[in-house]
Amino acid sequence: MAEKSYRDAIRDAMMEEMDRDPNVLIMGEDIGVYEGTFRITAGMLKKYGPKRVIDTPIAEAGMVGTAVGMAMLGLRPIVEMMTVNFAIVAADQILNHAAKVRYFSGGQVDVPMVIRGPHGAGVQLSAQHSQSFESFYAHFPGLKVVAPGTPADAKGLLKTAIRGRDPVMFLESAALYGMKGEVPDDTNFTVPFGQSRVAREGRDVTIVSYSRMMQMSLLVADKLSKEEGIECEVIDLRTLRPLDMDPVYASVSKTHRAVVVQEQWKPFGAAAEIAASITENVFDELDAPVVRVTGEDVPMPYARNLELLATPHEEHVAAAVKKVMYR
Amino acid sequence: MTTFEVSVEPRVAQSLEAMLLIRAFEEQSAALNAAGKSPSMCTSVGQEASAVGVMNALDERDQILTNHRSAGHLLARGADPRRILAEILGKSTGYCGGKSGSLHISVKELGVVLTSTIVGGELSLAPGVALSRQMLGGEGIVVVFFGDGAATEGIFHESINLAAVWNLPVLYVCENNQWQAFVHRKETMLADHISTWGASYGVKSQTVDGNDVDAVTAAAKDAVAYVRGTRKPFLLETYTYRLRGHMEPDPASYVDPAELQSWKERDPIATYEQRLLDEHAITPAELDAMKSRVRARIEDAAQFAMESPYPSFEELTTNVYA
Repeated sequence: MAEKSYRDAIRDAMMEEMDRDPNVLIMGEDIGVYEGTFRITAGMLKKYGPKRVIDTPIAEAGMVGTAVGMAMLGLRPIVEMMTVNFAIVAADQILNHAAKVRYFSGGQVDVPMVIRGPHGAGVQLSAQHSQSFESFYAHFPGLKVVAPGTPADAKGLLKTAIRGRDPVMFLESAALYGMKGEVPDDTNFTVPFGQSRVAREGRDVTIVSYSRMMQMSLLVADKLSKEEGIECEVIDLRTLRPLDMDPVYASVSKTHRAVVVQEQWKPFGAAAEIAASITENVFDELDAPVVRVTGEDVPMPYARNLELLATPHEEHVAAAVKKVMYR
Repeated sequence: MTTFEVSVEPRVAQSLEAMLLIRAFEEQSAALNAAGKSPSMCTSVGQEASAVGVMNALDERDQILTNHRSAGHLLARGADPRRILAEILGKSTGYCGGKSGSLHISVKELGVVLTSTIVGGELSLAPGVALSRQMLGGEGIVVVFFGDGAATEGIFHESINLAAVWNLPVLYVCENNQWQAFVHRKETMLADHISTWGASYGVKSQTVDGNDVDAVTAAAKDAVAYVRGTRKPFLLETYTYRLRGHMEPDPASYVDPAELQSWKERDPIATYEQRLLDEHAITPAELDAMKSRVRARIEDAAQFAMESPYPSFEELTTNVYA
C-alpha cells in the first residue's frame, strides 16, 4: 500500500497496463507533449514514445472512431477526453458503433477500448463543461460505465477496463483528482466491475451513491453520526453498468430507508433507476419513500453563487436522510 | 492475327461474371422485397463496376469497410451469396446470425470489418483499422467505400485528415453515384468531383469512370500500389450512377428521366458485355453459360436463404458483451 492521489492512481493504472501489454496505447488532445490538461499523462510520452502516446487533432469523432477501428482489429486504445463533455461530439462513434458492433456482427469482434476523462461539475466552467453523463451512457446496452470514488478504485477499475473486451466509459471526478488514499502497489491489483461496496456501515438509513457524491455522503454520514446519532450506511456503486444492486437491497432490508445521491439532473437520472429498482425489488422493506438528492434542473450557471446552488451539498443529503427518517 | 488471339486477362471474364452476379443478386433481393418475402435493402445496381474493379486490385491481406450499399462489395470480395441473402432475410445462417440484416454485414474472415448504415460511420473507423494493422505488423491496406453523400458529412474531413497526417495506408473510394438518398448531389455541393477535395488534405486523388470496370481496375491497381508503397492515403472517386431507387421499394419518381436514360445507356454491365463480344474476348455461348451459372447461384442462394431457420430466441441476448 502507498498513499496516492486519484490522479496518480489513474496514471499508474495506465502505465502498468502499457508495461504489461504492448497493444495498450493512449490517444487524445494535448496528452503527449503538453502532458494533459489535468496532468494525467505526465511523463507518458517520454516513456512510451509517440506511437503509443498519440496527440490527436481536435477531432473527437475522428479520434473515437479511430479507436473503435483499432479495437476491432486487436489494439487496446485508451482515449482521453479533455473533458467527458466533448465525448458527445463522438456520440455516433460511441453509441452507434462501439456499443453495437459486437452485437450486430453476431459476435465476430471484440471492442476493447476505454474512453476516460474528467467528468462532472468543476469551478466556473459554465454549461458546456460541467455536465454529468453517467445515466446517458448507462442507458445503452453494449457500453460499460464506471464512476470511481476513491484512488484505489480509480486504479483497480481502470485496469479492469483496459484488460476487458468491451467499450468502457470511465468517468473520473475532476474534483477528486487531488484526493489521496491508500492504493495497493501490486501491479495485478484490479477491481472487478459490477461489485458495489459498503463504504460505511450503518443501521438507520442507506445512502446510495458513487464518485464524488459518494465521498460527500461519507462526510455527511460521519457528521450525522457525531451530531445526531444517526448511523447511515453508504453504498458505493462503483460501476453503473454493470449495476450491482444486491448490496443495496441487503442494506435497505436492514435500514428500511434509502436516499440516492447524484450530481446530475434529476429527470431520468441514475438515481431514478436506482430508486425504481429498490421499489421493484424490496418495496416491502421500505418504511419511507426513496428520496433523491440531485443537481438543480438547469444548465450549469457561471456565476459562482449560482453554480454552488446548482449542485448538491452536504446539507441536502443530511436533509434527505432526516426526511426518510421523518425527523 | 485471328480473332481468337485477342489478348485478354483472365480477370476480364471474371469481372463480367462478378458484375453479373452482383446485378442478379440485387435484383433477387429487390424481387423478394417486392414479393413481401424480405425486409428492405439498398441495392448497388449500376455501381457494379466500381465494386468489382476496386476488389480486383486487392488481396487477402487487405481490410474493407463499407456502407449501406455493401452487397456488391461483399460479393466482389468473394462472400457467399447464400449467406448474404440469408442475413438480409434475418436468418441464423447469415454472416451475422441474422442480427445485422443488410445494414451491418461484416465478414471477418474476408477482411470485411464493417458495413455502417450511419452515413460516414465507415469513414470514422477506417484510420483506426489501418493504424491497428500497421502497429500489429500487418502489411495490408484498408479500403473504405463511401458515397458522395458521406463526403458531405463532417467525419469525412476528420477521417481523411487523420489518415493524411498520420501516414495511414487507407484507400478512400468515393462511389459518386449522384444521389444522396432522395436528393441529387448537385443540390448538396458545388464540386462535381469529390476527388478535387483530396488536394486540400495533401492526399493524392483521382476520378475514374466508375462504369468501366477495366478503367476502375487499372486506376485501383495504381492507387493500391501507391498506398502499399508509400503507406499514405489515396482518394479514388468512381464516378457512377445509382440505377435503382435509394431503397426497396422506391419508384424513384424524383429522378429526371433524361438523366436516367443517359446513364442506362452507359450501364456498366451491358456496355462491358458488348465490348467483350465486339473484341471477341468472349463468345455468345460463353456469355450465355456465364449467365446461366450466375442465375443458378442466385436461385440456390434464394432457396437457401428462404429455407434457413430464424435465430433461436436465446440469440436475443447474446453478444451484447464479451
